[in-house]
Amino acid sequence: MGWFKRLKEGIQTATQNKKEAPDGLWFKCKSCNETSTNKELKENFFKCPFCNYHVRIGSHDYFEMIYDNGKFVDLFNNLVSKDFLDWTDLKSYSDRLTTAHEKTDVMDSISVAYGKVNKMPLVIAAMDFSFIGGSMGSVMGEKISMAIDYCIEVGAPFMIISKSGGARMMESAFSLMQMAKTSAKLTLLAKNKLPYFSFLTDPTTGGVTASFAMLGDINFSEPGALIGFAGPRVIKETIKKDLPEGFQRSEFLVEHGFLDFIVDRKDLTNKIGELLAFFNSASKAS
Amino acid sequence: MVFLDFEKPLESLFEKLDKIKQVGEDGDIDVSEMVKEIETKIKNTQKTIYENLTGWQKVQLSRHPERPYSLYYVEEMTKAFTELHGDRTFKDDKAIVGGLANIDGMSVVIIGHQKGVNTKMRQFRNFGMANPEGYRKALRLMKLAERFNIPVVSLIDTPGAFPGIEAEERGQAEAIARNLFEMAQLKVPILCYVIGEGASGGAIGIGLGDRIYMLENTWYSVISPESCSSILWRSWDHKEKAAEALKLTADDMYNFGIIDGIIKEPLGGAHTEPAAMAKILKKHIKKELAELMDMNPQKRIDQRIKKYSKIGEFDKVKIKVSQA
Ligand SMILES: [Zn+2]
Repeated sequence: MGWFKRLKEGIQTATQNKKEAPDGLWFKCKSCNETSTNKELKENFFKCPFCNYHVRIGSHDYFEMIYDNGKFVDLFNNLVSKDFLDWTDLKSYSDRLTTAHEKTDVMDSISVAYGKVNKMPLVIAAMDFSFIGGSMGSVMGEKISMAIDYCIEVGAPFMIISKSGGARMMESAFSLMQMAKTSAKLTLLAKNKLPYFSFLTDPTTGGVTASFAMLGDINFSEPGALIGFAGPRVIKETIKKDLPEGFQRSEFLVEHGFLDFIVDRKDLTNKIGELLAFFNSASKAS
Repeated sequence: MVFLDFEKPLESLFEKLDKIKQVGEDGDIDVSEMVKEIETKIKNTQKTIYENLTGWQKVQLSRHPERPYSLYYVEEMTKAFTELHGDRTFKDDKAIVGGLANIDGMSVVIIGHQKGVNTKMRQFRNFGMANPEGYRKALRLMKLAERFNIPVVSLIDTPGAFPGIEAEERGQAEAIARNLFEMAQLKVPILCYVIGEGASGGAIGIGLGDRIYMLENTWYSVISPESCSSILWRSWDHKEKAAEALKLTADDMYNFGIIDGIIKEPLGGAHTEPAAMAKILKKHIKKELAELMDMNPQKRIDQRIKKYSKIGEFDKVKIKVSQA
């Protein structure tokens, strides 16, 4: 049963969140076609044991992986999207939201958590691609905005794990304005001298890339992640040419100067710990 | 004159008008009564057409080939305009222009998207679709304005930031994001006008400001109706439906509280009387800048950030904080 449904039926409990990672016993890698067990996959940080392909995972998978002993507190989980424009394309926005709530165990395409990494505090906002493609609507903007206020209040660094197709069209100009809202709020974090780490995962495109995801004090990514402004299909249709091999992948972005480095998921927690330690001792020294 | 499909009833009236005037001249006869009659008919037809425009029709008007673009307004509104070129890193983008202007004695930095006025110029201007260096040039000019306490006026008119290989290589996303970040804290006033098309990140990349206005027949949206149709309806044929669903008109934006006001256009659209349109815009800019320049800079920035922080529609549900 979806979290939202449980919530509506008044049986909200502190359950484990359902993972975006695959259910069942066997996992077949879509990159190399080899088969492994899901236990092996999980023990390998949800990476294919054969080819190291980083399987797409959800917000709470990251929270459990990154925070000390997998312990954290969910923040601002009471915000939910609504169909305020009465939107219908082939489906209505309300139906899309209902389906997303049934299919996933998250409240929207972004979840915010507070916890410690190597005993150092960190607020993380992470996206779920399974919730309407990780799209950015009013809720995402507001949760990031509130997370920034929270960071300033408690003096914690901020990290966003992006995984999104971009703005949520069903909220029209409101979704576009979240680009301005989140970027403007990030200036306050900077003024308060709190570091902001932007971690871009597969895929990160559109308005998410063109706002907070590119604004990290440190921008980094998982290997092979698609990262760009325009999607590859749109570019291909516009220029009517095939796209070069590796175009818009993390390695391409490092090469062109838009990411600081790429980190293998097994090293992620350590790397975050190092960054936090670096900035913590820097702020103590000043 | 170019007539859009929904303007067709006007075309025959204008043709009739021309003919009668010709007859009058050729035959040296008094046709003034007939001319008056047709002119009234034209006015009435225009009223019926333009007061009931659909979203899609406004999109069409905003793209009218004769519609005035940024440099036209600059020419009409300002004296001694010095265009500045280049982002100082890569090159000069022709789809975004900018420079030093003087509006009735007041120094202003104007930036804006620029479309071409004919086939050749449209290509030269890349159809108003900027590359990263366009956004970076705009930022360079805004920073220059900031250093000398000069206000910034931004004119928005783009079908979107350019989706190309080089644009991605040079960081289209980063360029737009950086502008949003810097514009939020810019110490001088930023006054924005959507003068044509306001499509997506390409528009907001020079569109974060203290006050945002839209001309009457313009649109502002997260995506163009065509692209929205192709993605959500999986076909290009539903652009009219998409335009309605997106609620992208100036009226919609004003009702949502996303923009601060609407600038009336001459009947039939800005292109029917471009000089008059420029006069209206100039008057508006002068009034707004006077108010904005009067404010304390920090207060202006705080208000700017608050204005955007407020934008968003969602529900709140009761929930216990869960702990894994
Ligand atoms: Zn594999």
